[in-house]
Amino acid sequence: MITPVLEMRRIVKTFPGVKALNDVSFSVSRGEIHCLVGENGAGKSTLMKVLSGLYPHGSYSGEILLEGVPQQFRSISDSTRAGIAVIYQELALVPEMSIYENIFLGHEVRNGMSVDWNETIKRAAEMLRKVRLNINPATKVRDLGVGRQQLVEIAKALSKNVKLLILDEPTAALNEDDCANLFDLLRHLKDEGVTSILISHKLKEVIQIADAVTVLRDGQTVCTLNARSDEISEAVLIKQMVGREISNIYPPRERNHFDETILEIRDWSAYDTNLGRPVLKSVNLRVGKGEIVGIAGLMGSGRTEFARSIFGNPDHYELSGTLFLQGQEQTIRNPKQAISTGIAYATEDRKGNGLILIQDVKQNITIANLREIAKSGTVDANAEVKVATEFKDALNIKTPSVEQTVVNLSGGNQQKVSLAKWLFVKPKVLILDEPTRGIDVGAKYEIYCIMNDLVAEGMSIIMISSELPEILGMSDRIYVVSAGRITGELQAAEANQEIIMQMATS
Amino acid sequence: MIVKDLQKVFSANIREYGMYIALIVIMGIFQWMTGGLFLSSRNIANLFNQSGYVAVLAVGMTLVIVIRQIDLSVGFLAGFLGAIAAIMLVQWHIPVLLVIPMILALGVLAGLITAYPVAKMGIPSFVTSLAGWLIYRGLLLMVTGATGTIIIPDPVFNQIGNGFVPDLFASETFLPGLHKTTLVLGFIALVWFMISETISRRRKESYDFEVLPFYLFVMKLVSLSAIIAAISWIVSGYNGLSWTVVIVLLVVMAYQFLTTKTVLGRHIYAVGGNPEAAELSGISVSKITFLVFGSMGLMTALSGILFAARLKSAMPTAGTLFELDAIAASYIGGVSAAGGVGKVTGALLGTIVYMCLMNGLNLLNTDIALQYVIRGGVLVAAVIFDVTTRQARR
Repeated sequence: MITPVLEMRRIVKTFPGVKALNDVSFSVSRGEIHCLVGENGAGKSTLMKVLSGLYPHGSYSGEILLEGVPQQFRSISDSTRAGIAVIYQELALVPEMSIYENIFLGHEVRNGMSVDWNETIKRAAEMLRKVRLNINPATKVRDLGVGRQQLVEIAKALSKNVKLLILDEPTAALNEDDCANLFDLLRHLKDEGVTSILISHKLKEVIQIADAVTVLRDGQTVCTLNARSDEISEAVLIKQMVGREISNIYPPRERNHFDETILEIRDWSAYDTNLGRPVLKSVNLRVGKGEIVGIAGLMGSGRTEFARSIFGNPDHYELSGTLFLQGQEQTIRNPKQAISTGIAYATEDRKGNGLILIQDVKQNITIANLREIAKSGTVDANAEVKVATEFKDALNIKTPSVEQTVVNLSGGNQQKVSLAKWLFVKPKVLILDEPTRGIDVGAKYEIYCIMNDLVAEGMSIIMISSELPEILGMSDRIYVVSAGRITGELQAAEANQEIIMQMATS
Repeated sequence: MIVKDLQKVFSANIREYGMYIALIVIMGIFQWMTGGLFLSSRNIANLFNQSGYVAVLAVGMTLVIVIRQIDLSVGFLAGFLGAIAAIMLVQWHIPVLLVIPMILALGVLAGLITAYPVAKMGIPSFVTSLAGWLIYRGLLLMVTGATGTIIIPDPVFNQIGNGFVPDLFASETFLPGLHKTTLVLGFIALVWFMISETISRRRKESYDFEVLPFYLFVMKLVSLSAIIAAISWIVSGYNGLSWTVVIVLLVVMAYQFLTTKTVLGRHIYAVGGNPEAAELSGISVSKITFLVFGSMGLMTALSGILFAARLKSAMPTAGTLFELDAIAASYIGGVSAAGGVGKVTGALLGTIVYMCLMNGLNLLNTDIALQYVIRGGVLVAAVIFDVTTRQARR
């Protein structure tokens, strides 16, 4: 039998009170694309942190063998030297530096005491060719889109003669074109002998690209499936991941006619004075009472800009156009006014600008509506606990207590806290930007159920999403955005992925 | 069993307890090295009065650092406002009861001016307040240029920095030589402390939140009560409570209430924890910035008054390095530069630790050059301790 490139044996990693990894064994053969799937909190990221040396040797038990040789990584630089490179969801590039500086950051090409910039640029160009990125290596990383930045990260890994490339949720922020491009590249690298481990929540992609899949659940290895010998399908994977079958990914809902208009936007344009270009061009949009309106579009098409421009315009775009809420024309100057007129916006980036991670669950839930539980400016601590506990129970937020710091919760539960925060302000229109990004199948289903309950009670929801199946599965009506314009409006029944993609790229 | 409980409680609260332990250790060392002089009533009274003007600055500064800003202008602003107070009293003959509110209002105004470029244009507060540092230093020299040091003859004004609360229960027979009012107030504080701790514990229990094991709770109550009692006893041995201490305690209580109980306090910590999330939660970051710098200005004015009153004069060099003392005290008190973390009570404790160090080293006649080195060492040690214990809890 051929020695696997990587073998992790009986890894056990405990945190105070939790066994994050409980006897996990994991083996990857040379030149394969091996996907690692599991719900949030299943232990995928922890396993990769053990492998990369972020959790140093000695803080866990078990063995790591690289090409049959036992390894004891004490730091990330140890594992890098051994040929392992991890590319995290949050990219680790320096935006103000050029591509070539980034690629060789930390292992600069030297010429005596100084850096040999000519050689650096030459080699950087070579690496960019390998990742098939046709761009001037002197370009600043800041000026690249997320997809291209990711390619630069891969080029950086290749420049260190990587043997094992680990990608943590690489497609979470990518549009379909960039995804396809990335997968193409991974297959190409495979032919060149680079083995990849891919952590992903998007099971469709996993099926598309994986040579082998390992499923983790609750810190244990459930199974490893091989694309050649085993059946890998969404149903199989979901069953292994959650330990039960989810028959419907999208819970059913009664769909009505939504005649009563809640929100109407006419001729809505926005100009970004910082970028010096328009971001929205005469958008017209209508939302009915109890309706879920989906907004589809590629990254950078103006979806998020649209949401933020109606939610009090915190980016200070120059706006024109009119906004009617329940037939009344409204001028909304800041998020505070937006909230009090009945619009709420849960951001796409819950860690970056959604939640206050260092504060606890109850503080995060009440922050947007503290007045409700305050008497003459003093917060009623009892009322706060009561409100937070009600939301914890209603949304099934898994936390030992509402006094738990939010940073310690899993992605899905953080998302529920973010939802609870906005439900507590009792909005008429709730805008959800990427409500299920980076969260697992089980939690997704729960979020969809919550959305259904909300519209049944008469709330209206605008859902922005990059995942077309989600748009199709949840929306009553769909707007497609491209380059700041609405390029199409579809009833759910008449929409499919091809039509939407066509409109989104027009 | 007991050891295990203690270990658990201690490791969970090491940051908070660490500061108390550091304070006790520092006090113990000085008490031993000065042969009992350090904890004498007279020295403690002196120490507290010395700490007043730094303590109020540290309280204001803690909130400024909580919202991820800094204010370097406060030192010379305090000196400048002290000089203005002296000029108002001595040259313009304005009554002291008018001077004090006017100076406080000027302080608020100065704070708002520092905040304006920060809140409205996104200019770093390091820069705007550094400009303030230069400007107020210049203004201070300007207004004291003609006269040099201005002696303040007003007895009411000078009481603020040097006077003591009169003893309502003065008696020659019962506990002679002790300040009875101070003891009574200390006793009231002790009872209030025990009741509020008990109520808070009951409340937490009713929600099934984690609380200390009962015997540890009792131990905590007893030891902290003993400390309150000991402080009141020592303070009552020399003239009792000074007006400076009363003012500082009122300020700390008001800010403690503001930061822990009110909507405004929660908004301040939200802005510090994640400004963008706070803005998107309907909190105006620029309004909070104005408010916190305004409060800093108010505390600066108070500090200037306390300092001028203590010296009974306004000097061209007043306020030198106050800002750095206040920043050091805030950091020793556990504020985090990353924002969103830091307590008002920590600022008070940090000030006491810092001032104990200065006072003790002075008592020992330590060379001033060495004093700076030691103070720097303690500051960096405190912050390293803070950062490592924070990481350990993750």
